Amino acid sequence: MTTARDEILGRVRAALATGTAGPAAASSTGTPAGSTTTSTVPREYRESGEHGAGSAHVLDLLVDRLEDYKAQVHRVSAAEVSATLRRLAATLSDRDHVPERVESTGSGAVPRPDTAERASGAPGVVVVPAGLAAEWVTAMSDGGVDVVVDPPGAPLTPSDLDRAAGVVTAARVAVAETGTIVLDSGADQGRRAISLVPDVHICVVRADQVVQTVPEAVRRLAHHPDRPLTWISGPSATSDIELNRVEGVHGPRTLQVVLVG
Amino acid sequence: MTTGNNAGPPSNRTFLGMPQPADPLRWGPSFPDAARRELGNDQLRRNLGHATSTIRAKRAKVVGEVPDWEALRDAGSALKAQVMDRLPELLEELERNVTARGGVVHWARDAAEANRIVAGLVQEAGTDEVVKVKSMATQEIGLNEALEAEGIHATETDLAELIVQLADDMPSHILVPAIHRNRAEIREIFLDNMGDAPPDLTDVPRELAMAARAHLRRKFLSAKVAVSGANFAVAETGTLSVVESEGNGRMCLTLPETLITVMGIEKLIPRFTDLEVFLQLLPRSSTGERMNPYTSMWTGVTPGDGPSEFHLVLLDNGRTRVLADEVGRSALHCIRCSACLNVCPVYERVGGHAYGSVYPGPIGAILTPQLTGESSDLPYASTLCGACYEVCPVKIDIPSILVDLRAREVESGSAGRGWGAAMKTASTMMSDGGRFRRAARLGRAGRILGGRGGVISRLPGPGAAWTASRDLPLPPKRTFRDWWAAHEREKTGERAGDDRPRPGDGAEPR
Repeated sequence: MTTARDEILGRVRAALATGTAGPAAASSTGTPAGSTTTSTVPREYRESGEHGAGSAHVLDLLVDRLEDYKAQVHRVSAAEVSATLRRLAATLSDRDHVPERVESTGSGAVPRPDTAERASGAPGVVVVPAGLAAEWVTAMSDGGVDVVVDPPGAPLTPSDLDRAAGVVTAARVAVAETGTIVLDSGADQGRRAISLVPDVHICVVRADQVVQTVPEAVRRLAHHPDRPLTWISGPSATSDIELNRVEGVHGPRTLQVVLVG
Repeated sequence: MTTGNNAGPPSNRTFLGMPQPADPLRWGPSFPDAARRELGNDQLRRNLGHATSTIRAKRAKVVGEVPDWEALRDAGSALKAQVMDRLPELLEELERNVTARGGVVHWARDAAEANRIVAGLVQEAGTDEVVKVKSMATQEIGLNEALEAEGIHATETDLAELIVQLADDMPSHILVPAIHRNRAEIREIFLDNMGDAPPDLTDVPRELAMAARAHLRRKFLSAKVAVSGANFAVAETGTLSVVESEGNGRMCLTLPETLITVMGIEKLIPRFTDLEVFLQLLPRSSTGERMNPYTSMWTGVTPGDGPSEFHLVLLDNGRTRVLADEVGRSALHCIRCSACLNVCPVYERVGGHAYGSVYPGPIGAILTPQLTGESSDLPYASTLCGACYEVCPVKIDIPSILVDLRAREVESGSAGRGWGAAMKTASTMMSDGGRFRRAARLGRAGRILGGRGGVISRLPGPGAAWTASRDLPLPPKRTFRDWWAAHEREKTGERAGDDRPRPGDGAEPR
């Protein structure tokens, strides 16, 4: 019996055997036919920018691009991060900050006992990944913010996350030219769901993590390509109504970037 | 167009959608008939004109910012050519790497097989509801209808797909399936069919987006199974990628326990770092953004993060037929950005439904006939102006492929509509100077058929086939040959009273 796999691979091989025979492919498509293309991918594009990672130019460009896509940016020194996070997280306790909420009653989404009271009773909780810098967590807690750690092995449910007011994470790399921040699920960023479901995402980016171009970022990420990656460029948005961009759909409607250094 | 607040009770107006076809690649009347119908829809043309001119301007601006755009296009084009050349080994490499990371790979020869696989997986997961990320591959195989037949309801979560689904309509654009709807129509569709739309909903785009957010959030939080497509699959690492805007993709890719991804076999890229090319080309070409809001990448299953089960369905469904064509195979390089639709003068006027396929526009005109392998008039749905090639991020030479497909239609004798006879007549006439002269004179008689504006919009007899889809300019009062003959006589001092050249008088233009 021929499996679908064998048959499809057989069709592909047969197609290539007949297809590359003629010279027409090369002349009419502008690309060389045959296996010669394997070694001839031209890479004349910029593999890195003219400005170094974390340089003033690159940081300014990132801020410009982030703000263009309606992210809110806070530039601070390393010494100011804790206080900034405390201030930003405290504003989330104010229910007015979250425009509208959809009550979740889905089955299988019952909060576990150790988080249920806090998550459901206090809408102002701020979720953090287990590996977020301890001093930042302490600063927020000391400031009266109800911080909930997403515990590895016993994660918050989607409904827990839906009731949270916001989330604070670090980042892996940022691209200045496109205003993009990439999370790679490292311990200080957490699993993908925690930076998705809460309505406000506060993201701390260090200057040395900011590169100018996309290729520079991809090459940094290529060290761990198997990690789940989320590329974030501004708050969630849609262009589906008359091709006009509207910010804020299913993902976090507010993106706050704390740029350090 | 209606703008601003337009709150009020829902009207009784029903928005007639394009009914669901049996075959998503072949439906509706022929292109000329469908185009004639769509051209009569002024609202459609206004909606399309507004949307496509908006996106053209946005794309031009962000592409202009990139100093190495042409170099990126060259790299993207060459990478895709390389993928086609190495497709068997790259598919096997992808399968190995996805499997090694805890994913399960399935192969589907055609739409029916893919639909059976997905339905079986959903049933195994013990649910009758799935949430979906917008995907052309699942549109192409009619997955939603196939699942419905098995008692499984699929909810589209992309805003435009949701609009199309609620209106029981067909998509008319690769990127923005509801591009044929304006904000006032979308408001009506939500009020009539969403069930939980706020009664005071206005047609402000932000409010419409918020209504969709509220409508879908509960589904996201409780969904057990999600179905997605894929923009790119990295053979080297087994990494899959979905490029999106709203976060509905992230919801589907992250929250459910089971993820099923349906992907055409051509969506591969060789190496992880090749993403650096396509992640620059795609967003700027498609939504005209420097980067789309969200791109997700995942490799098999990651314990403690996202779905615990991942299935990848690799789909042929005619792709190997396209691959066998040495000219047409570059249609498989397409990364579904839809820039060619947005610049096409034909698409802008007739809209996506006229193409009778889930792949409309210039790319659809070359992809659809090749995927189905059947005779089609879609290769003629173009003026060959070349704008599609200019904007294509992977440099698919769509006009050349269109010409090639037309030639094949003519060779196979299926071009039809008197085309062959007309060409034969033209050939007979033009191959002989005397015959051409007499025919040109005869043409002057055609002036009596002229209407206002100096055109003939309907020829009698066999000529009707030509003017059915074109206006014919009025023949000149005087032919060039007549003018030339008179001019030559004047030069040699003769009177120009008789404009009939004498045989052999040397007045023929060389």
